[in-house]
Amino acid sequence: MVRLQVTEWQSGAEVRVKHMMPPGHIRTPSYLRGKTGTIERVLGPFPNPEDLAYGHKAPALPLLRVTFSMREVWGDTAEQPDDTLEAEIYAHWLERVSDDAT
Amino acid sequence: MPIGSKGCQTMPHDHTHSPSGHPYRKDDDVPLNYWQTLEIAVRELLIEKGVTTATEIAAQIDAMDARSPANGAAVVARAWSDPAFYDQLLADATTATRDMGFDIGPMKLIAVANTPQLHNIVVCTLCSCYPRNLLGLPPDWYKSRAYRARTVKEPRKVLAEFGVTLPAGTQVRVHDSTADMRYIVIPQRPAQTDGMSQQTLAQLVTRDSMIGTGLAKTV
Repeated sequence: MVRLQVTEWQSGAEVRVKHMMPPGHIRTPSYLRGKTGTIERVLGPFPNPEDLAYGHKAPALPLLRVTFSMREVWGDTAEQPDDTLEAEIYAHWLERVSDDAT
Repeated sequence: MPIGSKGCQTMPHDHTHSPSGHPYRKDDDVPLNYWQTLEIAVRELLIEKGVTTATEIAAQIDAMDARSPANGAAVVARAWSDPAFYDQLLADATTATRDMGFDIGPMKLIAVANTPQLHNIVVCTLCSCYPRNLLGLPPDWYKSRAYRARTVKEPRKVLAEFGVTLPAGTQVRVHDSTADMRYIVIPQRPAQTDGMSQQTLAQLVTRDSMIGTGLAKTV
């Protein structure tokens, strides 16, 4: 896996949570996978809990607080589409959404 | 059945209800489960090998039980009274609360402030992350599947069930405490509290208002 640098992440950037379903101890809620949001602030680095949980050597990763709209998370079934949700997502779960992406 | 009533005299062997009329609770004579057994085994080994002592464990449990929402209430009351502290708290709640003298241990804290335009509510969908070092033990409902699952999906309905109805135009922001940070909500300061001491203000700050499922008490 490509190790991402802290400097690649800045608040205000648009990011997507990777749509993957790995087994094991995961700290990325499944309801947010594949969803796009905006970095609220950059935290960390923190040791990757997916390694810590098994007593493995845990590389420190940037942790990003990402803001999602309820519209993005729940689609048409959102209770109030303009309400927001924030969650902490580790860098290896995020990909940048480039401006020219279709 | 009232104490001394005729019924008690005619049914002396009715042991299903206490004199106050409540049913007796069954003794919990159930076998230990796997995790309880594991905890006892590890604890006894640690004591046997001299890593820790029963006294140290009891002291740590005492320290955990001693933490209460009163700590968080003092933080909120100060934030309401001291604009510089409010700014510091929002910028770096870990340092601000530690500097105030609270033993928050390794906890990393983020404070989020409610305003007329924004209401914050905290949940941990993955488990039960909670700022224990500042608010004490979480309420049982905080750990329930219903609260964890519903708060991210229908926070306004959940809030209504807690008796919180927000004005139209107030945005709700849910904080899913998924990783290393813990959250405290700074509720809005109630009206007509100008000039109150921090100690009096702290009385208005409820545990639920710091989770976001409630508002501060009004005067």
